[in-house]
Amino acid sequence: MNKKFGIKEVVAMGIGTALFVVLTNVQIPLVIVPNTALQPRMAVLAFFSAIFGPIVGGVVGFLGHALGDALFYGSVWWSWVFPEAVVGVAIGLFVKKYGVEEGKFADAKTIIFFNVVQVVANAVAWIVVAPVLDILVYQEPANKVFIQGAFAFLGDIIIIGILGSLLLAAYSRIAGKSSNLKVED
Amino acid sequence: MGSNEPIIEFSDVTFKYRAQQEPTLKNINLKIYPGEKILIAGQSGSGKSTLAHCLNALIPCSFTGDMSGTLRVCGEEPSKLGVFGMSRKVGTVLQDTNGQFIALTVAEDIAFALENDMVPKDEMYHKVEDVAKKLELVDFLENAPGELSGGQKQRVSLGGVMACDVKVLLFDEPLANLDPATGKRTIALIDEIMKNEDMTVVIIEHRLEDVLYRDVDRVILMESGRIIADMHPDELLCSDLLTRNGIREPLYITALKHAGADITPDSHPQHIETMDIESYKDTVIRWFKDTREKETALSTETLLSVKNLKFSYDEKRTIIDDVSFDIKKGEMVALVGKNGAGKSTLASLICGFYKPTSGTIMLDGKDIGPLSIKERGDKIGFVMQSPNQMISKPMIYDEVALGLQVRGVPEEEIKQRVYEILKICGLYPFRNWPVSALSFGQKKRVSIASILVLNPELIILDEPTAGQDYQHYTEIMEFLLEIRKKLPITILMITHDMHLMLEYTDRTLVLTDGKLLMDAGPWDVLTRDEVCEKAYLKRTSLYDLAVKCGIENPDKFVARFIEDERSTRKGGVL
Amino acid sequence: MSKMISYEKKNTPIHKLSGFTKLVFFLLWCFCSALTFDTRILLVMVVLGAIIYIVSGIKWKQVSGVFLAVMFFMVINLTCIFFFAPYQGCQIYGTRNEICHLFGGYTLTREQLFYEFNVFIKYFTVIPSVFIFLVTTDPSELAASMNGVRIPYTVSYAVEIALRYIPDIQDEFHRIRNAQEARGIEMSSKGKLMDRIKNTSAIIFPLLFSTMERIDVVSNAMELRGFGKHGRRTWYRKKDLTAGDIAVLAFIIIFFVASMIITFHDGNRFYNPFI
Repeated sequence: MNKKFGIKEVVAMGIGTALFVVLTNVQIPLVIVPNTALQPRMAVLAFFSAIFGPIVGGVVGFLGHALGDALFYGSVWWSWVFPEAVVGVAIGLFVKKYGVEEGKFADAKTIIFFNVVQVVANAVAWIVVAPVLDILVYQEPANKVFIQGAFAFLGDIIIIGILGSLLLAAYSRIAGKSSNLKVED
Repeated sequence: MGSNEPIIEFSDVTFKYRAQQEPTLKNINLKIYPGEKILIAGQSGSGKSTLAHCLNALIPCSFTGDMSGTLRVCGEEPSKLGVFGMSRKVGTVLQDTNGQFIALTVAEDIAFALENDMVPKDEMYHKVEDVAKKLELVDFLENAPGELSGGQKQRVSLGGVMACDVKVLLFDEPLANLDPATGKRTIALIDEIMKNEDMTVVIIEHRLEDVLYRDVDRVILMESGRIIADMHPDELLCSDLLTRNGIREPLYITALKHAGADITPDSHPQHIETMDIESYKDTVIRWFKDTREKETALSTETLLSVKNLKFSYDEKRTIIDDVSFDIKKGEMVALVGKNGAGKSTLASLICGFYKPTSGTIMLDGKDIGPLSIKERGDKIGFVMQSPNQMISKPMIYDEVALGLQVRGVPEEEIKQRVYEILKICGLYPFRNWPVSALSFGQKKRVSIASILVLNPELIILDEPTAGQDYQHYTEIMEFLLEIRKKLPITILMITHDMHLMLEYTDRTLVLTDGKLLMDAGPWDVLTRDEVCEKAYLKRTSLYDLAVKCGIENPDKFVARFIEDERSTRKGGVL
Repeated sequence: MSKMISYEKKNTPIHKLSGFTKLVFFLLWCFCSALTFDTRILLVMVVLGAIIYIVSGIKWKQVSGVFLAVMFFMVINLTCIFFFAPYQGCQIYGTRNEICHLFGGYTLTREQLFYEFNVFIKYFTVIPSVFIFLVTTDPSELAASMNGVRIPYTVSYAVEIALRYIPDIQDEFHRIRNAQEARGIEMSSKGKLMDRIKNTSAIIFPLLFSTMERIDVVSNAMELRGFGKHGRRTWYRKKDLTAGDIAVLAFIIIFFVASMIITFHDGNRFYNPFI
């Protein structure tokens, strides 16, 4: 990989960001809590981090969130852009353990490990970094930003936990080599 | 032509990919001289792309493996110079021109390699201007890729490599994504550039007839990693090497051989326009007279009826303008026209992805206007161009079952219907395999099976054979014929492949600028110059052959030949 | 799908500035807005932003949809702040001037109103700047400008690739969604949550898979044309700095430094009118 001067990683950053931005508007509304929605783009971020590592994950999270917000909502909430990068970096740190492209992302152990990482990553991002930045930048009331952060945390661990794991497991099955296939009558 | 020193020289080159057991290239010996134009042909898996990748050093620098023998390009060894070093000597134009168009505008994309080489800005401006002039891109310099046609994008790709003053131009299947008329212009452009710029050209392509539109010095035919022919096209066309190795001959050659003519190189069969036909004339005319026209019985029951259909995104531009046509039950119909003529929009209107501005669409005599996308999906299936755009489950069974599962069909019935359709599609033995273990053609079959399982009356296929070589193309089309025999299905195909329309479809709808220009048998369409020109099609060479032989009804000749071919064609591919 | 804000070619003084200048301006402006809570500075920024907005010749139609959405979000946010912490303002400013009692434990104070007014104008310093930056900066210039502010060219180019492929991927997403919907797989709000996530997966997976293929094609194409050959690269679209650029750069740097001094000189980010 290093021999290629990371061209593939550069492209993954760019195209991953594009995908993240495109999915900005795709949301799965939660009926239980009004006005909140699960964001499938988070699963895509987790997917890119788990395959290409922390740098690509961090950049996709950062650029994707900043560009997506700017293009669709006309404003950039920097206090929520940075945590997104934190999620991307943190999940990407353990890229070797997931072995997605070697077809290893299939057994329960790997999937549980991935989910432990993503829960911790989201906790740090949305229950620590985002509220702290909100307080620093907007001086918003602590109880409000922590509750907001908690909702974001819950939404993200659900969508990454289900959709992210589904996507990675499916991709891992396709990318990995299969053996012992028998033609059946 | 050609000086004494070869510009490209393979000496006993063997290459094995790391992940594979067998070498993909075996003892290749090949010399290409400056100023030559070489066509490399072969089925997929024959090693032709691997051979090309050796020239730009992607092999062995990016795709690793074991290489033996020596290769010299412009006096250098590509493996030592690396991909970056070779990029200044060999310019590669990829098949996917959309993927090769990296920058936001034409000008930037042409300048891309110069930017990477740290060329100062003023120099870049001159260079880009210069290249844009040669390729007639001056008016498009500020355009984004989305605003360009396929042919223009390809010229940009070419400009991007020409900006580096390369000595060798390498084209990887340049015709794969172009309509026939644009493909023809591309071949003419390549010819012009190599004459003006003093370049050597290597073209990898399996559409022999289209490449031979302009002179080629030699054709290299590859099979299982070896070069099995290295000869002048005139010679090659007289042999049976092409058909034996799964490459399609030019249609007029097939017709001549079919009629019983024994073609010789001295009649210069490379182009139909300049071929010396005198000695074959009588044979062709005799064949024409001896062959009867066949009456094909067509259903008279109308399945789909489109009336006065109009569609526009906004007030200004009408995308579909008053289109009316019928499709009979069991028909196989081609929808053709240049890029942007409205083919996809028309299909989207039928499927309900867009709502028409006015007009009606009837299926089985019922107006389907009020039906949702999903409801229409029960009757009309839509298959996207690439199976990868449709397959969403890793296992074959799950993928085919998906449409039934979301419709809440009971598990037992799902199993029975999926197995039945897998049997029809020849996929039953693989039912417990992951999709990834299948070949491209098999994946395509999975994506079609996943639609057929819903029992649609009509399926619409978007460019079913785009980018496929002759072998895959035949596999897919024969599969569709099989399906048609086994199921009561009607098929509408969006395509720009003329062979496909000629050989497989009953009828052709020609769309230009949103209007229905013609609705007739494929041979009627492909023998009319004014229609071909407007729709960016290419008149079939069979027509030229008939005219050259002095046959009075050239369109009848075309029809008879095609029908004869169809009836002698081997059925089923499995 | 709501409309995205996009660049429009024009010939205003703002359009003529180099992308580098606009990027530096935008970033310092955002930092300034984030750091200060000095009402006077924020007001100056609102007025300045409005002037630049007018000069840049942006048509209201281009941004109105997005603007209204942001307003809606802001109203909800300001209301939330009040319900969560009705006396946040009193805490910040250290006084309590009651206006009237509302209900329960909620009393409206002048401090709270003033604090929320500050949050409100804070939004109004950022929103126009995003509009102006996006509508007046040629996307082609963006990567060159980012590289100009010392962001590695690989990351800068990733932005160019993102902008290049957003329309393509968006188009592909719509086509895949339509085709899957015809198969019966909908992304609607009906059904159980798990089913909805599974349906979403059936639409996103093919998109993701073809995106991975695209990454391979594009990286090969870039390698074949020498991307990453050297430690730096030149940019076809880089605009040279003019006198105007220098003036604007000088202004924003002075403005930023001055704002920071005014904001922090007394060890408190807030301008307090209540003492």
